[in-house]
Amino acid sequence: MTELAFKGPEPDQLRRRHRAEKRFRSIALLSVWLGLAFLSVLFVIVVTSGADAVRQTKILLTISLDSSEFEGGKGSGLAQIRKANFEGLVKRSIRNDFPRAKSRKQKRELAKLVSSGAAYEVREFVEVNPEKIGESIDIWVTASDDVDMLLKGKLKRNMPADIRQISDQQLIWLDQLQAEDRLETQFNWTLFTKGDSREPEQAGIAGAMIGSLYSVLVCLLISFPLGVLASIYLESFAPKNGWTSFLEVNINNLAAVPSIVFGLLGLAVFLNFFQLPRSAPLVGGMVLALMTLPTIIIAGRAAIQSVPPSIKEAALAVGASPIQAVFHHVLPLAMPGILTGTIIGTARALGETAPLLMIGMVAFVVDLPVTFTDPATALPVQVYLWSDMPERAFAERTSAAILVLLAFVGALNLTAVILRNKFETRY
Amino acid sequence: MEDNYIESLTTPVTKNTLTTKSALPDENLKAKMSTSDLSVFYGNSPALRNVSLNIFSNEVTALIGPSGCGKSTFIRSLNRMNDTIDICRIEGAVYLDGLNIYEPSRDVVQLRTQVGMVFQKPNPFPKSIFENVAYGPRIHGMAKTKDELHGIVLGSLERAGLLDEVKHRLDTPGTSLSGGQQQRLCIARAIAVRPDIILMDEPCSALDPIATKRIEELITELKAEYTIVIVTHSMQQARRLSDKTAYFHLGSIVEHGETAEVFENPVDERTADYVRGRIG
Repeated sequence: MTELAFKGPEPDQLRRRHRAEKRFRSIALLSVWLGLAFLSVLFVIVVTSGADAVRQTKILLTISLDSSEFEGGKGSGLAQIRKANFEGLVKRSIRNDFPRAKSRKQKRELAKLVSSGAAYEVREFVEVNPEKIGESIDIWVTASDDVDMLLKGKLKRNMPADIRQISDQQLIWLDQLQAEDRLETQFNWTLFTKGDSREPEQAGIAGAMIGSLYSVLVCLLISFPLGVLASIYLESFAPKNGWTSFLEVNINNLAAVPSIVFGLLGLAVFLNFFQLPRSAPLVGGMVLALMTLPTIIIAGRAAIQSVPPSIKEAALAVGASPIQAVFHHVLPLAMPGILTGTIIGTARALGETAPLLMIGMVAFVVDLPVTFTDPATALPVQVYLWSDMPERAFAERTSAAILVLLAFVGALNLTAVILRNKFETRY
Repeated sequence: MEDNYIESLTTPVTKNTLTTKSALPDENLKAKMSTSDLSVFYGNSPALRNVSLNIFSNEVTALIGPSGCGKSTFIRSLNRMNDTIDICRIEGAVYLDGLNIYEPSRDVVQLRTQVGMVFQKPNPFPKSIFENVAYGPRIHGMAKTKDELHGIVLGSLERAGLLDEVKHRLDTPGTSLSGGQQQRLCIARAIAVRPDIILMDEPCSALDPIATKRIEELITELKAEYTIVIVTHSMQQARRLSDKTAYFHLGSIVEHGETAEVFENPVDERTADYVRGRIG
């Protein structure tokens, strides 16, 4: 007799299988939601604490620019303007507003309402408008960080006076200013146009942004061509022998080396041996390039491998040389994958702090870097520096710097997506 | 003989200026291409053993035999496509117009313009139809002007019997064509560089019977101008198309000769079994 036909699995077994399927799906879904939840919590925290940094408290002062103030120094024009005592002008102006402040202590407290940067703001104004000398001007100057914190509600009025950074007398003055509409928060241009400062209200991330941009540019210019050429060589031309596989193993291991080790390498080779300048985006970019290179090579090789070999064979069969076959046919098809790997590597380099610490990009740099060898710092390093500062106003600026860094990374990723789509739709 | 591929490219040898002339048995002189004691190894395992075969001008030579018998290895060693495989090692000689193509001084690029190839699966470049055909002539500098290049492309498409179907959409991707059209595009691409010989490795195995018929008609037409070597799994196709047939078995040629002879009166038992459909 023939064997009995198989009637399908037992109902019990079938049910078990379906249950396992459902269980797996819900666990997977749960992990996705959990990841999303963590991400949104992070975003909410950073955004809420960073949003305040976009606005800065300003005080409207009436300053009389007596021409006598601008006649003391030698020379003419700008040189003479710079000699003037703007700090004195600002102090005199605010004292005029509150003539009842007589004691030294009160005068000092009065002066502390405005930032020490106010004098520079007045100077800049006069430099641009020298015709105003001799007149009286109304100008919004930056308030001190404590006033700023008070207006943003981060410094509570009901705190005990001895631990509150703003005295009772100062509170009265501020209330009066506010009543006269001379105290308000405005868009914080300083944050986006100035370099670092010890005073939070004068500190900006422009220097760090430029430093990061320069470093990433150098990193890309070095690591992209090197990485692409290396992956082409390893995939298409390298003989399959022990030396090649030794190279491959080492490149793969390099991708897992802690980033601070690359920083030490940069310190030893670029700074100590080649005597390149310290704290320079050039060296920072070179160190980041070392770090990014293995990522690009690995991604590039995977992308080249995924191009069907029949395309290369077709090119070879019509008489293309191996290099022509690779550059005309394989590389264009592998480009989207290579670009994705490059951007992932670059985004990682953009957020890297440790290697930059080792080559001195952790310095306190006030001036905006202009060339690739000027001292600079980078966004993640700026975050690290500010997070260490005692002033409360630096906390919101730290979050703002994090947001800018995230925006940079986001912009990079967007570029990657756009480039990938462009290359993919070309055919 | 293992050859350094890149090195041989750096020593280009142009057509008709080869100085070395290897010894070639007299009776093979008439042949366009001939192999003598050709053995191919992948690593240590042999894929072909001492294959000697003559391929004559303006004839279709069919290579038949069960899978894994070395037909594809053989056809790929005729234009040195095996060079791309690292572990591939070749012994013996392949003569094209009396010159050994495995001579170290031989330029592979130049060889492949003489010996074109069409693959089993249609593999057009992911570019426009025009670019597919124009690529070869362009990299070899065959056309001085744009018009000349246009002429070569249209002429090649015409001879591949594809022109009427695609002349209004030369800028659409080659990959958007049907399978049969893609294969004819690949044939047009191969003949655009004016080869003497076209190697076809099972060109119809991925096509339906109608498309196959068109390709077969095309091969018959092309025979007047080219020498064609075709690997096929279809006995009927070999019989319909070819002038000579070689039967491969486990890496060697068991029997070869006129197609009619091989199919009607096979000498070897194994050939007889295969062509009469008793095995395979």
